[in-house]
Amino acid sequence: MDTSSEAPVLALEVRDLRMRYGAKDVLAGVTFAAKRGEVLALLGPNGAGKTTTIEILEGFRLRSAGHVSVLGTDPVRGDEAWRARIGVVLQSWRDHRFWRVRELLAYLARFYAPFATAEVARPWDVDELIDVVGLSESAHAKIMALSGGQRRRLDVAIGIVGRPEVVFFDEPTAGFDPHARRDFHDLIHRLSDFEHTTILMTTHDLDEAEKIADRILVLDEGRIIADGTADQLARELTTAAEVHWTSGGQRHVHAVRQGDPSVFVRALLDENPDVTELEVRRASLEDTYMALVRRVESPGGGGPETSARTPEVQA
Amino acid sequence: MTTTIAFDTRRAAVWAGLSRGWIETRQNFTETAYVVGHAIPPLAFLAVLLFLRGKNVRGTDLALVSMMLPSFVGITIAFGGLSGPAVAMTTDREDGTLLRAKATPHGMVGYLIGKIVMFASTTLVGLLAVVIPGMAIVDDVILDARGWLQVALIFVVGMVATVPIGLALGSLMKSTAQAMLVPLACTVIMGVSGIAFPITVLPTWVQWMAQAFPIYWLGLGVRSAMLPAERAAFEIGQSWRTVEMFAVLGVWAVIGLLLAPILLRRMARRQSGSALAKVRERYMTKGY
Repeated sequence: MDTSSEAPVLALEVRDLRMRYGAKDVLAGVTFAAKRGEVLALLGPNGAGKTTTIEILEGFRLRSAGHVSVLGTDPVRGDEAWRARIGVVLQSWRDHRFWRVRELLAYLARFYAPFATAEVARPWDVDELIDVVGLSESAHAKIMALSGGQRRRLDVAIGIVGRPEVVFFDEPTAGFDPHARRDFHDLIHRLSDFEHTTILMTTHDLDEAEKIADRILVLDEGRIIADGTADQLARELTTAAEVHWTSGGQRHVHAVRQGDPSVFVRALLDENPDVTELEVRRASLEDTYMALVRRVESPGGGGPETSARTPEVQA
Repeated sequence: MTTTIAFDTRRAAVWAGLSRGWIETRQNFTETAYVVGHAIPPLAFLAVLLFLRGKNVRGTDLALVSMMLPSFVGITIAFGGLSGPAVAMTTDREDGTLLRAKATPHGMVGYLIGKIVMFASTTLVGLLAVVIPGMAIVDDVILDARGWLQVALIFVVGMVATVPIGLALGSLMKSTAQAMLVPLACTVIMGVSGIAFPITVLPTWVQWMAQAFPIYWLGLGVRSAMLPAERAAFEIGQSWRTVEMFAVLGVWAVIGLLLAPILLRRMARRQSGSALAKVRERYMTKGY
């Protein structure tokens, strides 16, 4: 039974996924898909259902309803051969604390060796992997002696030691310093570009999602409320833009809440020939996302208060 | 062809499990926290033997320590097989070790084999740490080739009779704090299992209770291996009851081997990242 040779084009397929605890709908019809090699970021405020979604896809949680397929298999029916093609990066705590880094990776690697196929050589070479995640100097250190960031690098290494075709990351960069974060982003690019690994990660960090994800899914109250690239999302979720300019020695700002800011700019230039330093700023995805979270937290609360900002006066 | 692959993958997990057993055994004898934990029971047993040397069981010519030494060996087996796995099961669940096993293909197979190897080897070392110095303290115990063989057999049967039960109990316990009930219960049962005094002095109903658990039978088995035949006079029915001993331990083994896979599977099914996060939160707020 060689499933990898007939790998479906879609690595992940989720249709109308529902999860209900008692009377509460944690997931109320989630639908999305990922092609092989795609990097998806699942974004959303706390309690939006990110972890529930990822745990259903990992096969660690039973869903209430809906269709889920990971590498062509329903996770509920996923056998050990399927498990071998999935990587799970867990949020570790203090497991295996007396083990040494290389020792634990070499131990876990052994399980994957018989699952190697003609296309996928399993597992990773342990020393190479340690080098890739930047733990060479700690290879023989006890896990309990690692710093938080090093520990997280190890978690990532454990998640990919079997050369998975799909990797699930739950908050992968929590506790990373900027350097570790950068290394992690490079690793994600390497996995998706060279290994065609499909990646689904949850994150709170928008900036990170913008940097590494091909597509961002925004999950809120158990629904996907936006699905697209960072640019698409910024356009889709808000039409707000800010126009900044200098005239009469004063710096001005005007918020365009709706529609194309060009209309305002054209009128502005026609009426004020002394306008200099003209700038049109689209709301960043960050602004958009924060606005969204705020809107969700206070229903009917309206959009972000862009006009509340005081006009800047530049020297 | 499918079965060959399944066999190969499981065999890899078995080998990985053996390597896990070796790594964890080594840790048990090099990490200070573990070493202290393993050293305390044999040291306590030997201290008791030294202290009570020369005393007889009241109203008899039976040296108290010659009865106690084999009984301590029986306790070592029972504790190693019951409380070790029960506590390890909950700590490994709470620190995420089991979730990692679950995320690995055949990872639970490797994990369990590793644990069984580790419990067997640490219990065996604990046993030798009692027997060998104990023999120097206690004069009238005999341990010839036949006796050693008998102790080895009881050790193996004892492990099979207790480890699965220990794992099953550990999967039932909700937290490590709760799992500490297992060593506690073992200690209580130990008190009435004919260790420090012949069980025959106890009321009959207590004797019956003690005989329902493996601890009494493991002690009896080791006494039969290490004491002269005439010492059987101090036991229930003036006999070593070897057949009954193996029968009771066999029943416990069957119960354990039937229950453990069901309970382990049930427990493993419930493992997930969010379940682990809840445990972590509990530790952060309550501290246990």
